[in-house]
Amino acid sequence: MIEKSKRFRKLTKFDLLVYVLTLLILIVILYPIYFVVIASFSDPTAVASGKVWLLPQGFTFDGYMELFRHSNIWIGYRNTILYTAGGTLVGLFINLTAAFVLSRKDFMGRKFIMTLFVITMFFNGGLIPTFVTVKQVGLYDNPLVMIIPFSVSAFNVIVARTFFKSSIPEELWEQAKIDGCGNIRYFVQIVLPLSKAIISVLALWIAVGMWNSYFNALIYLKDSNYHPLQLILRNILITNNMQTALGTGEAAQIALRLSNLMRYSVIVISTIPIMCIYPLVQKHFNKGIMIGSVKG
Amino acid sequence: MNHVKSNLKTKIKRLSENRGLYFLILPSLILLIVFYYRPMYGVIIAFKDYKLSAGILDSPWSDPWYKYFLKFFSSYQFQTTIKNTLVITIYSLLVSFPIPILLALIINQMRATRYKKIFQTITYMPHFISVVVVVGMINLIFSSGTGLVSQLFQMMGMDAPNILGSAKAFKHLYVWSEVWQHAGWDTIIYLAALSSIDPSLYEAASIDGASSMQKIRFIDIPMIIPTAITLLILRCGGLMSLGFEKVYLMQNNLNLLSSEVISTYVYKIGLLGSQFSYSSAVNLFSTLINLVLLLMVNKISKRMSDTSIW
Repeated sequence: MIEKSKRFRKLTKFDLLVYVLTLLILIVILYPIYFVVIASFSDPTAVASGKVWLLPQGFTFDGYMELFRHSNIWIGYRNTILYTAGGTLVGLFINLTAAFVLSRKDFMGRKFIMTLFVITMFFNGGLIPTFVTVKQVGLYDNPLVMIIPFSVSAFNVIVARTFFKSSIPEELWEQAKIDGCGNIRYFVQIVLPLSKAIISVLALWIAVGMWNSYFNALIYLKDSNYHPLQLILRNILITNNMQTALGTGEAAQIALRLSNLMRYSVIVISTIPIMCIYPLVQKHFNKGIMIGSVKG
Repeated sequence: MNHVKSNLKTKIKRLSENRGLYFLILPSLILLIVFYYRPMYGVIIAFKDYKLSAGILDSPWSDPWYKYFLKFFSSYQFQTTIKNTLVITIYSLLVSFPIPILLALIINQMRATRYKKIFQTITYMPHFISVVVVVGMINLIFSSGTGLVSQLFQMMGMDAPNILGSAKAFKHLYVWSEVWQHAGWDTIIYLAALSSIDPSLYEAASIDGASSMQKIRFIDIPMIIPTAITLLILRCGGLMSLGFEKVYLMQNNLNLLSSEVISTYVYKIGLLGSQFSYSSAVNLFSTLINLVLLLMVNKISKRMSDTSIW
């Protein structure tokens, strides 16, 4: 009944205002993305002279063809997929085990270890001491540096711990103990199957973070065969920008336009996977923030 | 005596019963100690004349111990980096803190559920684009001569300014692209708070003749204030730390005057310039200021509104 009366409520001036406002916001958000997509299919000269606004002009695949000449993009793609998969698995293991243990009231030393985790959110050794440590441990210029050292995250631990505390009843452990079940088996066979929600949330957070960041790779990976996609994109999109802009004359102009066209294409190519996956998993993301926002 | 003994006994029993837990926490604890706590101890190189060959312990103490801090305070980069960092973080606080709140209030007013879902999906979308790509988009769209914005200026018969190379434009470009990318996503936490409002409150307000605006003012806003304050405290604790990734990508020789911030300076003098001790000192200085700011704001907020992060 309530649903029905709501649906047939008359549109007020206020509702109209909300519609207009939200439409404007949508345009502001979507247009830059849309523009990049149509520019990637357009004749670069038309883009450079401002003829491309709503539809691609002089339809072309040149930008995408140009991408195939850059084998390092595909190496980067492969590396990023490996780092994202590996990093997500390791990150899940590390953060879920820590969160599970810290959620247990009968774990002695819980407060102390929890404090150790929380401190890292507000204080850290900083760039150079961390760099020196990574080097001494032998992870410098080693692809494992992308997966192992920084997989532990106090924030993720806190979120998962809140979940365990609120969704796994304590009686379950009491019962399992009576049945002779040890802690590790209890965690693997009983707790994890009940925690699909938090597992998917953390997996998505970690995976998106891994896919998108370039900082650790910039600092710790020298060999370009190990570079992830984002670092290679940085070279194509940003570092080279200055060099091509320097040339003058007809040939330089054409080269500049072609490289700009390739930039539009590389943006599209590199962003498609995340854009396609994201709407499918969106509801998990929201859930994660809801879990995290419950103070624990 | 007996009591103490039995107490000890139960403790030992609990310990052995829970061996599995210690085993499970070991991997994360090792990573935490090696990659977070060891570098914290390594911070002492800020007070030493650190040499890679000598290692942390055997490098000599600098004389005086605050030598590298003094070097920073008297460096011409001191004022520039601190000013730039603060200008950008404060500007971004003023803009990107209230906008998600307003946006959440608007989303909360939308009735058509399908349109609302589409709206949310689209406003969250830019959050998933990488920084590199966003800065790449900024460079393409604002590039002088061929960029979209430059075309707009020419269409209106004006000379297009070189926005990317302008020191003045840097902070606007940085902050508003942040808003574009994250404002939608940042509404989620407020929407969570708004969704917990008891619908009978709105009904009661309607019966009393409250307008839509009044409902927002007296029901929605009070409801999200605690969340907003918590986020505000955390933001204030980060005033001196401006993320490295985006600023570094947006830097060029022309805008360096307003785009050199503490984190990029630390990177350049440390890793590119190999002045390890000096870089650590600058880093430590900004971390400490952050910590003090966080504790101060948290205390003030505790006294004034009973909201605190711990």
